[in-house]
Amino acid sequence: MSFLSARAMTGGYGATDILHGCAIAVERGEIAVIVGPNGAGKSTAMKAIFGMLRLREGEVRLDGEPITALSPQERVRRGMGFVPQVNNVFASMSVAENLEMGAFIREDDYSETMEQVFSLFPILYEKRAQAAGELSGGQRQQVAVGRALMTRPKLLMLDEPTAGVSPIVMDELFDKIIEIARTGISILMVEQNARQALNIADKGYVLVQGRNRYTDTGEALLADPEVRRTFLGG
Amino acid sequence: MENFLNALVLFTNFVVIPATTYGAQLALGALGVTLIYTVLRFSNFAHGDLMAFGTMLTIMVTWGLQALGIGIAPLPTALLALPVGMIGATALALLTDRWVFAFYRHRRADPVIFVIASVGVMFVYNAITRFFIGVGDQRFEDGARFVIRVPDFRAMTGLREGLALRTSQVLTVVVMALAVAFVFWFLNRTRTGKSMRAYSDNEDLALLSGISPGHVVRVTWVLAACLATLAGVLYGLDKSFNPFVYFQLLLPIFASAIVGGIGQPVGAVVGGFVVAFSEVTLTYAYKGVLTYLLPEGMAPEGLVQLLGTDYKFAVSFVILVIVLLVRPTGIFRGKVV
Repeated sequence: MSFLSARAMTGGYGATDILHGCAIAVERGEIAVIVGPNGAGKSTAMKAIFGMLRLREGEVRLDGEPITALSPQERVRRGMGFVPQVNNVFASMSVAENLEMGAFIREDDYSETMEQVFSLFPILYEKRAQAAGELSGGQRQQVAVGRALMTRPKLLMLDEPTAGVSPIVMDELFDKIIEIARTGISILMVEQNARQALNIADKGYVLVQGRNRYTDTGEALLADPEVRRTFLGG
Repeated sequence: MENFLNALVLFTNFVVIPATTYGAQLALGALGVTLIYTVLRFSNFAHGDLMAFGTMLTIMVTWGLQALGIGIAPLPTALLALPVGMIGATALALLTDRWVFAFYRHRRADPVIFVIASVGVMFVYNAITRFFIGVGDQRFEDGARFVIRVPDFRAMTGLREGLALRTSQVLTVVVMALAVAFVFWFLNRTRTGKSMRAYSDNEDLALLSGISPGHVVRVTWVLAACLATLAGVLYGLDKSFNPFVYFQLLLPIFASAIVGGIGQPVGAVVGGFVVAFSEVTLTYAYKGVLTYLLPEGMAPEGLVQLLGTDYKFAVSFVILVIVLLVRPTGIFRGKVV
């Protein structure tokens, strides 16, 4: 079984379902990307996996263990890290304090993890005493990812990490994400920039109206003329 | 030159020293209000009466200690009784949170609902305090009253004007400095303090990071209740204790918090002094000072008092209105929810 496996997820926020039997799986150290048109339920699917949305049906398993009934906080303790799309840093606190708060649930010495984050994002070390809210968009995203890494997650989930950043910064962020995956952390992300995201993805999920439409390797999806025509703009 | 020194002494004695003391008391009160505001996201109208409750407990324990002949002269006995007042006020605040505010928190009620609920809590606190200690003035200061006495100062300097410095005034400023230093250290250096700031900054992300809201809320109430008791006891030592006066202190305390920028601990402290100095300088009669400074024959006949002391609360109000009109976020850019 995959490291993360979400099966037959059905549910929504109110009376109407947004997800209809959606399934997502991520292997260890693999990058999986969820793409799809606006309103396809991409973010909703990720929130359901993280426990921020109550599922009517379906099941989420992490490393074989069922976690469907757990709260997001408990899932963090089980090894999930989540980077929300917006408001994902403590704006009034320094970069170092943001990382410290990321490690809040850890009882042990986390200075080594902080050094790892700083070596992954050297710019954060330079700006460690500066308030996160004063940083540029790309740097804030690095703080957000760094904060989530402080719990040493086994699965890192990113909700549109490149929303609102320049193409150069986007490439940089994707490079960092590949680097993180190489350390054995599984990555699941939702992306608007579908083409670039599928480029770095081991596996891609194309969702339409809360259902899985296409599932394949990133490469295969990019090569599929049907997918290109309907979702990637030719 | 001697005239100038006399004017300076007069001004220090009647404006600088009282305003500094009062400012320190307001700062402690405003710090508590701002902490509640920034973590629990509402203006706690019961803060003045929480001050009164903590002070009342302290006074009662002080009386008990005095009856037993226990004291720490030259310091006031109230300092010895202070921890009991703080613990009592903390217990009251925590019980109130469990019985009243937790309910609205679970419902994710609007801040205005919390404010109204806190008005109700305020009446209850006020009634409890009056029930136990009555509505009259209580003085509970003992120990050495003065650090510098007027006759001693005159003899020392040879000036006509005297200067008095009371123990309670020195105590107020010293204790306030220590308390503020502790709160800042706590918020900026400790894990719990940082988690409070994180929770205040971004509630959802704090939850994701595993910060327990219940713990943050409890610690905030403990801090606010201790600061309130401290402010109340210092105010009572300096002036006197009266439940209604403490209730009225709410206005200058809120003015201080808002002038400094609500939600900003530094702002609360600065705001306290701004409000206190405005109140005192605007209600002081400058006749004596001007008589020394102006050439002979030009001495003013009136009191040269801008406002009667009865209007001191109006000063807080006017400052509040001006700040809200000109710079609603306050001096240190507080946040408004």
